[in-house]
Amino acid sequence: MSNYRFKSHRGIWIVLFWLFSLPSFAQLNIEIFGGGASRIPVAIVPFADENALPQNLTPVISADLQRTGLFRLIDPAGSSPHAPVEVVYSDWAERGANALVIGRVTQLSSGQVEIQFRVMDVAKKAQLTGLALTVPATQLRAAAHRIADVIYEALTGDVGVFSTRIAYVLKRGERYALQVADSDGYNAQSIIEYTEPIISPAWSPDGSQLAYVSFENKKPVVYVQTLATRERRAVASFKGSNSAPAWSPDGKRLAVVLTNQGGSQIFLVNVDGSGLQRLSRSSGIDTEPNFSPDGRYILFTSDRGGSPQIYRMAVTGSESSNAERMTFEGSYNVSPDYSQDGKSFTFIHRHNNQFNVAVQEIGSRQVQILTNSRFDESPSFAPNGKMILYATEINGHGILSAVSRDGQTRQHLTVQTGDIREPAWGPLPKWK
Amino acid sequence: MKKILGITLIVLLAGCASQTTQPDEELNADSGYSDGMSGSDLMGSGSGRPGYFSQLNDPNSILYQRSVYYDYDSYTVKSEYRELVLSHARFLRDNPDASVILQGNTDDRGSREYNLALGQRRADSVRNMMTLAGARDSQIEAVSLGEEKPRALGHGESAWSQNRRTDILYRGE
Repeated sequence: MSNYRFKSHRGIWIVLFWLFSLPSFAQLNIEIFGGGASRIPVAIVPFADENALPQNLTPVISADLQRTGLFRLIDPAGSSPHAPVEVVYSDWAERGANALVIGRVTQLSSGQVEIQFRVMDVAKKAQLTGLALTVPATQLRAAAHRIADVIYEALTGDVGVFSTRIAYVLKRGERYALQVADSDGYNAQSIIEYTEPIISPAWSPDGSQLAYVSFENKKPVVYVQTLATRERRAVASFKGSNSAPAWSPDGKRLAVVLTNQGGSQIFLVNVDGSGLQRLSRSSGIDTEPNFSPDGRYILFTSDRGGSPQIYRMAVTGSESSNAERMTFEGSYNVSPDYSQDGKSFTFIHRHNNQFNVAVQEIGSRQVQILTNSRFDESPSFAPNGKMILYATEINGHGILSAVSRDGQTRQHLTVQTGDIREPAWGPLPKWK
Repeated sequence: MKKILGITLIVLLAGCASQTTQPDEELNADSGYSDGMSGSDLMGSGSGRPGYFSQLNDPNSILYQRSVYYDYDSYTVKSEYRELVLSHARFLRDNPDASVILQGNTDDRGSREYNLALGQRRADSVRNMMTLAGARDSQIEAVSLGEEKPRALGHGESAWSQNRRTDILYRGE
């Protein structure tokens, strides 16, 4: 006899009860493994007067750069320049540094903090870049992440993702929480908590909303929730199952999977729930839609050919008799996620009874398998395409892991109690 | 850093499909499910359970059994479960006020969304067998829980085989 009793109730009261009775703060712990073959040696000198702040900046900056596996941090001990005239370049060249970060902070009478920093090129003996920013004293971690982004971009030429957030589902006992945290694991907050599962979180392109699938009504229903206000609405709650939300890049529509026309098929719906339109048409399972960055295509998982593989179809035009098969190696390729440049996608590839994270170049069809664990799921590209966040399992516990695009650097993100799964890397903040 | 306690209430703006624009007539009209069909809705206000529930809850009756199990990667109802499914179908045929929700489940190997779709196949196959045997489509809702509500935890066939299943739940129970 199933113990999953079917009762009608208003879920909101249960949700509110848990909101006020559960500890909500959960910090992710991050461990880093590996590192790039050739890392940029950089020295970060603690900023003048930063010890007087409620939150030091340079440890956060250093940790951000360290996590990428692209930098080797040079110990600045013994030298503390804070302005360009104080820099003795030969000293830093001797220590092996290519670049040097110096700065100072000033606490203003308004309670705000002014931060000035510069990135110096040791070989050229000149400033690469510098910035001054003024922030409230409560926003110092965020300021440090912005500074790390500037350093990262100056030294690698790529966009930094230290100011982004990640969403994931945390399961503790019989309670499920959809949480959002900074990409370094700090400031985790519950968006919604319930005693029924939550899966498939998906960030809106502007980062202001999360779509997700909740089982609080004893069946899967797609919700969209605004983070700032906590208002939410059911976007797909049709007869049968509703799941796998994916945002169009213009933020106006969602692709979802419905079963009310027989079998799991992909539909498009406006964000307010109106305008339902069928997109896929096969007699198999079509699921896990994912929009290309230009909004023209959707990658999806389908077993129309006999085994689950990844296909691509155009969003406009006729329904998908024209889906193009993308994966050809092995008998189980699922969970596609486009890179931000639209030229590759990450996915889960089963081989030798293992489920691993892989990346495929769309043009060349070349596939690279990036992990060697057993039960990897839900790969999600960082918005600069340099890292992939995914769920995996260690000693029976669900954790998150991140692997660099070249497979060289890995991180584990864990919590003290509970299992984490279903990660989704959020978009770049709007100022970028 | 804000704690959840200081944050305002969640507002459920729309919990049911009736607030979304209904698309064309191909879709089932019966999409107001998540309004909830409580026991009292089915039977008239506060009159208690209908008599047929005693049949469903009699341990000697085949109707007491509510779970169909499957082989790996399969959604076909095995012959040993046919009579169980047909008995529930005939019960629905004979009790037009009764309705069920069928919940399909899978073991935990692989993608959650793909497993949600596989679980749906299992629930759909039971629904199809029931409607062929005389139950009306409006009496049945087939949904999937995928791998999300396992009855048995852990890796290995003994847990996995318990989780590859469709459960039959009667509304109002």
